[in-house]
Amino acid sequence: MITLSNVLVVSTLLFGISLAGIILNRKNLIVLLMCLELMLLAINTNFIAFAHHYADLAGQVIVFFVLTVAAAESAIGLALLVVFFRARQTIRVDQLNSLKG
Amino acid sequence: MQTVCIGIILAPLLGAGIAGLCALLEQGKKIAALSAIGGVALSFFLSLILLKNLLWDGVELHEGELYTWGIVGGIQFQFGFLIDRLSAAMMVVVSFVSWMVHVYTLGYMKEDPGYSRFFSYTALFTFFMLLLVSANNFLQLFLGWEGVGLVSYLLIGFWYHRESANVASMKAFLVNRVGDLGFLLGIGVILLVFGTLNYQEIFEQATRGDIAGQALQLFQGHHWQAITVICILLFIGAMGKSAQIPLHVWLPDSMEGPTPISALIHAATMVTAGVFMVARMSPLYELSPVASSVVLVVGATTALFMGILGVVQQDIKRIIAYSTLSQLGYMMASQGASAYAAGIFHLFTHAFFKALLFLGAGSVIIALHHEQNIWKMGNLKRYLPITYWTMLVGGLALIGFPGFSGFYSKEIIIDAVRLSSLPGASYAYWALFIGVFFTALYTFRLIFVVFHTHERMDASVRAHLTEPGASVWIPLIMLAIPSLCIAWFVGDALLFDGYFKNSIVVDPLHDALPRIAHHYHSVMHFALQAPMTPLFWVMTLGIFTAWFCYVKRPEIPGLIIRRVEGLHRVLLSKYGFDAFNQIVFAAGGRRLGHVLWQGGDQKIIDGFFVNGSAKSIQILSGVVRQLQSGFLYHYALAMLVGLLVFLLWM
Repeated sequence: MITLSNVLVVSTLLFGISLAGIILNRKNLIVLLMCLELMLLAINTNFIAFAHHYADLAGQVIVFFVLTVAAAESAIGLALLVVFFRARQTIRVDQLNSLKG
Repeated sequence: MQTVCIGIILAPLLGAGIAGLCALLEQGKKIAALSAIGGVALSFFLSLILLKNLLWDGVELHEGELYTWGIVGGIQFQFGFLIDRLSAAMMVVVSFVSWMVHVYTLGYMKEDPGYSRFFSYTALFTFFMLLLVSANNFLQLFLGWEGVGLVSYLLIGFWYHRESANVASMKAFLVNRVGDLGFLLGIGVILLVFGTLNYQEIFEQATRGDIAGQALQLFQGHHWQAITVICILLFIGAMGKSAQIPLHVWLPDSMEGPTPISALIHAATMVTAGVFMVARMSPLYELSPVASSVVLVVGATTALFMGILGVVQQDIKRIIAYSTLSQLGYMMASQGASAYAAGIFHLFTHAFFKALLFLGAGSVIIALHHEQNIWKMGNLKRYLPITYWTMLVGGLALIGFPGFSGFYSKEIIIDAVRLSSLPGASYAYWALFIGVFFTALYTFRLIFVVFHTHERMDASVRAHLTEPGASVWIPLIMLAIPSLCIAWFVGDALLFDGYFKNSIVVDPLHDALPRIAHHYHSVMHFALQAPMTPLFWVMTLGIFTAWFCYVKRPEIPGLIIRRVEGLHRVLLSKYGFDAFNQIVFAAGGRRLGHVLWQGGDQKIIDGFFVNGSAKSIQILSGVVRQLQSGFLYHYALAMLVGLLVFLLWM
């Protein structure tokens, strides 16, 4: 029997992995975008778990919205990434510091 | 009467304005001279009318407000006149002497490029002095007081291309500021204690007696009698204006100005302001024996020690300048001994004979083409007879030769001081007594060296040595007449017959004049009595010494100087007052300024506050900037940490 807490542990692990990816990733901007997606999926997992637990469909509906927004977001992110690569000839994260003060 | 007063005050101002315009436009020298002389002459005649009103038309006194300057917190600042017998007599003397000096200037300054400017200044000087004398409140008095200070600065530095003149005018101005600070503080205390600046109201409150006992706490735990504080502060102002030790240092240097100015400053305006002020404040000084004692001792000290300095000077004008200092000391001492009337009388006689001496000295100076060293003159009696005889009259009046005007005033001052019971009175008496000897010595040293003995000037100068023109010798004669005989006509009235009525208040306890009146019967009698007094013999000894040392045996002064070289050096350095001021105040002030500039301004304000705050922000921002690395993962980590902290905190 899969309990709520089991699912929550998995989703937390996913969230932690994605967060670690964002912070520790030094190489590739695409990995960063993937980590963002993964973070959203972890949230979705939480939503579904609670929806199931409380027998309320609203949570599952929200997941659809989140997935849609995530798809749009990654499309924009990839487009920006292409433009960025054209401008800088690189997508290494540790070279993207033009915001430095 | 109000109209007459306004006329007296405004006539010289108008003259000064017109002369000033002429000076600005650089034309109309005649108009400038005429307007200034006319203005001053008009105020002299109007002053005579005023005096006549008071003496014969039975007007007791005139006090009136002209308009209100301002009202601050219930205190009214008025502009008005207080005309009583004291101020009316002062106005007559001031405007007369000033008028004579103006006439003299016509000839003396003929060749000077600043002719119109000079007339403008002198008329303005007269205006401020009249304003000071006629005031009915302290604010107006202070206005005139500062005004004469300002114009004296302008006039001493009249030849502004000479460095020494500029330095002297600065010195006069600065030393006067020191005195004026005291004066201003005195006015402040008066406002605090009496709540008004009007003379009449102040005197009324003072005589009621509740003020006299009032104590002021100046420092923690030290209580002072309010009236003493007021009188001493006001006297500090008088010390500055009337050149009493130690604020006398500006007066000898004021000789840098043209000679008519020396006459004006030393005789009628400016220096007499302090003496007049003390007499005017007699109701206050009478309440404070301490302040009177201070006035007495300072005055007597000035009288003796400045008189001694006159003996070693070589510049004809400086000798007379030191004599002014000494005579001012006599006047002050007399005020201190409560013989206000005698002090004011000496002020009047002194105004005449000192103006005469200065104008005579000026006449000698022009005749010798601006030579002022008495050792380059000699036997001028032959060449300048009018100057010689008038100066002789002035000199005899100055030393108090029986019969001359100065005799009456000085004799009575010394008598009054002898009768005074204030602390320090016996010191003051002896100082004044010995002062008589030195007065006679320096005066006759000047007269013998300049007018007798043999010619010491260059042959070229001697060849065309003549008496200067009429505008120079007419004032000399006009001034010689009152120097000789003014005491015959007004002496009795001023001193003993209560001329001043209630314009001067003297406590009967220390009023010396009625006691002197016992052995004073008439002018004639008093003069004939003179050989029986010690003063006469001291004076004669002074004349004899001068004759013996400078005519009979001219080698003696050199021998004396060699014998007491140290003392001579002290006298030449004027007791070191100048050196002291130079070292302590001038150099000390500069050093203090340097410390404040380098330490206070540059280090603390510029270094610490202005640049320091900029620098500290620079350092702080340099540290903070390290946080903004521009890497996304750093920001993400910061967000995470922030969020965790936030969550845990809650």
